[in-house]
Amino acid sequence: MSTAGRIVRLAERNRAHVHFFLDGEMRHALAGDTVLTAMLASGHTLRQSEFGSEPRAGFCLMGACQDCWIWQEEERPRLRACTTLIGEGLRLRTTPPESWP
Amino acid sequence: MNQATPPRIVIVGAGPAGIRAAATLVEAGLHPTVIDEGYRAGGQIYRRPPAGFGRTPKQLYGSEAAKARALHALFDRLAKDEQLTHCAGSSVIAAHGGQLHVLGEDGVQVVGYERLILATGASDRVAPIPGWQNAGVYSLGAAQIALKAQGVALGRRIVLAGSGPLLTLVGAQLVEAGADVAAVLDTSPWHQQVRGFSGVAARPVVALRGMALRARLGRRYHAGVTLERIEADGQGVAALRWRDAGGRQQLTSCDMIGMGWHLRAETHLADLAGCAFTYDEQWRQWLPKTDEMGRAGNGVYFAGDGVRLLGADGAEIAGRLAAAACLADSGCRAPSVSADLRKLVRLERFARGLARAFPWPAAMVRALPDEAIVCRCENVTAAAVREGTDFGGCEANRVKSLSRAGMGRCQGRYCQLAAVELVAAQTGCMLEAVGRFRAQAPVRPAPIGAFLRED
Repeated sequence: MSTAGRIVRLAERNRAHVHFFLDGEMRHALAGDTVLTAMLASGHTLRQSEFGSEPRAGFCLMGACQDCWIWQEEERPRLRACTTLIGEGLRLRTTPPESWP
Repeated sequence: MNQATPPRIVIVGAGPAGIRAAATLVEAGLHPTVIDEGYRAGGQIYRRPPAGFGRTPKQLYGSEAAKARALHALFDRLAKDEQLTHCAGSSVIAAHGGQLHVLGEDGVQVVGYERLILATGASDRVAPIPGWQNAGVYSLGAAQIALKAQGVALGRRIVLAGSGPLLTLVGAQLVEAGADVAAVLDTSPWHQQVRGFSGVAARPVVALRGMALRARLGRRYHAGVTLERIEADGQGVAALRWRDAGGRQQLTSCDMIGMGWHLRAETHLADLAGCAFTYDEQWRQWLPKTDEMGRAGNGVYFAGDGVRLLGADGAEIAGRLAAAACLADSGCRAPSVSADLRKLVRLERFARGLARAFPWPAAMVRALPDEAIVCRCENVTAAAVREGTDFGGCEANRVKSLSRAGMGRCQGRYCQLAAVELVAAQTGCMLEAVGRFRAQAPVRPAPIGAFLRED
């Protein structure tokens, strides 16, 4: 099943729906999705590289490359999208908050 | 040596090696602590999906389902019966003087150890292709994790490129799951693959299984290719340019590329624990120096792909051996190891055959155009690495400081083998003389807040 974003769901499609917020906009995902899966179900990239013009969408999915950093609006701001599960109502942002964590 | 109280033994990693090591220690009456980045034990190869997923082990792990199920059940039982302490979702970020710094949900904790078993595994060994910094380029391992742990493909039209057993396996798994795999591009030519045959024949069943998987790829599979450039648009990957074995130019449109050339041992903690390394010509990487049991000295032991790239079956054996060495050194009764040592010899012969059949693409890396990105973390180019040798000479760490390749967030995990290859080519030195990037703590990025404590 193709999604609006990068990923194609090939299995495990009968899971509960959850919603979350990305840069203030509401998005949908499935319970058990990682943040990376959830974001790439409705988009093609995760964030902008700080060192080049091209956007990034993760690379290793095992917590080693650090390509999939995403930030939360709440405390404990930074997370690795590939190793964090999406939660109902999670508020995410694609850029770091201005204040020091 | 006899000790009145049992030694405090910490195992890092809960893949096949870590689980077998833990079980062997428990059988001897000890209570190890197992620290693992995953939330559920299994490692990458036997990684389990989150709760609420419904595929069976057979669907997830294919021919290896029984092994996966046995390891999961064993570990879960030991954890439930409190015969070991399981620190899940935790990263060891530093090791020094008998202490580990462990980053978990509640910040950084210090865990002391008398003996340490490092079963940190491996990640994909990747070689840069011009344009690989774009969104939609992933490691082969990533493509497999996405399928196994999330049930998704990371693109609508997929090209896999590289060499090694994982290339064929991931290709076959994606095709089986219904993904659109446009091409599977192997940089190893047929004549090279045949050269590894005598070694690969040490495990005929595994070799035949590999050939059967390869057959399922059909006309998608091409051997002896040269990878030239990844084309991209605003959303990421759009196509891969490559040359076939006959030198003809090919362009395959795709929105996702999975790449990898076998594995790179995860050795950062070995470095911080003060272990010696040896250069392995065949794997073209530096590996921790141990005896056949995995004993590195000073109370440190190794098991699994973090020290010898033998795959999951070898990791289970090595886990038992490392634990046996640990027990013997602690004055405890250790299980017999002669059968395991014999099996390991056969697995080693097989693995060396694979290394010969599916080599690292050294010539392709050495020929990288100057503008190609080598370090994905900070977009350091091949030119910057080459220029680093003007003042840094052929020593890896001086070129690292000058070019910043290897100083980004992944700490050289995905660029260092390509970077030292460029340094060797530029200076005319042997790879062994170039050396390796020294690991620095923390070996995973940690927020400053994790080190702060409320008093």
